[in-house]
Amino acid sequence: MLKLSLPIPLFLIVFLLKQICCNELTFELPDNAKECFHEKLKIGSKYTLEFQVVTGGNYDVDVELRSPSDKILFQVQKKQYDQIERTADEDGVYQFCFSNEFSTYTHKVIYIDWRVDGDPEHEISSANPRVAEGALTMIESKVGNIHRNLESCIDYQTHHRLREATGRARAEDLQERVQIWSIGQFILIIIVAIGTVLLLRSFFTDRRTPSSMTWHR
Amino acid sequence: MGNQSFLFIVFIVIQLILTTHSLYFHIRETERKCFIEEIPDQTLVIGKYKVELFDAATNTYLPSTPGIGMHVEVKDPEEKIVLSKLYTSEGRFTFTSHTPGEHVICLYSNSTAWFGGQQLRVHLDIDIGEHAVDYQQISAKEKLTELQLRVRQLLDQVEQISKEQSYQRYREERFRATSESTNQRVLWWSIAQLLILVIAGFWQMRHLKGFFEAKKLV
Repeated sequence: MLKLSLPIPLFLIVFLLKQICCNELTFELPDNAKECFHEKLKIGSKYTLEFQVVTGGNYDVDVELRSPSDKILFQVQKKQYDQIERTADEDGVYQFCFSNEFSTYTHKVIYIDWRVDGDPEHEISSANPRVAEGALTMIESKVGNIHRNLESCIDYQTHHRLREATGRARAEDLQERVQIWSIGQFILIIIVAIGTVLLLRSFFTDRRTPSSMTWHR
Repeated sequence: MGNQSFLFIVFIVIQLILTTHSLYFHIRETERKCFIEEIPDQTLVIGKYKVELFDAATNTYLPSTPGIGMHVEVKDPEEKIVLSKLYTSEGRFTFTSHTPGEHVICLYSNSTAWFGGQQLRVHLDIDIGEHAVDYQQISAKEKLTELQLRVRQLLDQVEQISKEQSYQRYREERFRATSESTNQRVLWWSIAQLLILVIAGFWQMRHLKGFFEAKKLV
């Protein structure tokens, strides 16, 4: 039995390390499309949904979050970025949907970050006091602090990357458009110049025949 | 001591339950679903998925149907295929990025139907970089204490942050190159259009003058 007392706190920590996990996805939402994601949650678990429209049109999307009893927990129209933090107050499958149905031709790239923190069953095991020395506990708390700060650092980096991706997509789009339109205008100028001359020539060539007859009276 | 072993068992049971929960979505059999991951180079990506087929008879999703497989196709930023394999209905795919940039992970079932088809429920979990590390395995293999494991996690996080920073420098360089190229294009095309306008004007005047003189109208 003594042998078990060492792995238990270790596994608890490992469990903690594994539990605070997230699901980050970036997907493309075509025009007139709706994309839904579902997850089964237990009552009392805290969840966070963060979304950001990275590229596409006016950078907006409709979002809807529904509870298992089909109650709308959160609904927003045409938003670029938002963060929703809620606690699940019923057991079951929660779903959140992104809709691009208001757009006719722009498809959007959307980044989502879905995090589920904690399960009530997990709290039973964490209530078990760990056998640890005083000094170790202080190091542990400092290490925990560093861990949280690094996590927020990674989060900031992700958002920076998304904003930069938005700017870069615009810049690359602009570069292509400048090229295409410049070539188009160049050719158009040449066509219009030649066309004008030909048109004028055609005016004077037609009127030539009746006027030449009047001259030779 | 009995209490501790009981908690240990409860804990293991919780682990087993929780590993089956994850985010899921529905696709048709012939549909292709793609996810974009913008990652720095030398980053490990682990994806876990589970597919369930909708059974119209019981109106539920049957777990682990044999015969349903999923193609996983991963393309790197240069549109080159990094991974293209067919897995069973429950699978795990891994790849390491060799170039920084946008990798596209596409999933589609190996259905032989031409269109439509039944609905599939896909549970998906994509872990990148530091999240892809399995600490349980490391602690079991290297027999680390809790503090050592935590420090190990910090090291992994810091490594990911530094890789992301160097990727950011690469992205900023690309952005700057694009902007400068646009600037050059605007400059040269404006000059070219100005010149072509002036030349066209002169040519028109000269041509029409010659034309009217030949017609004895001027």
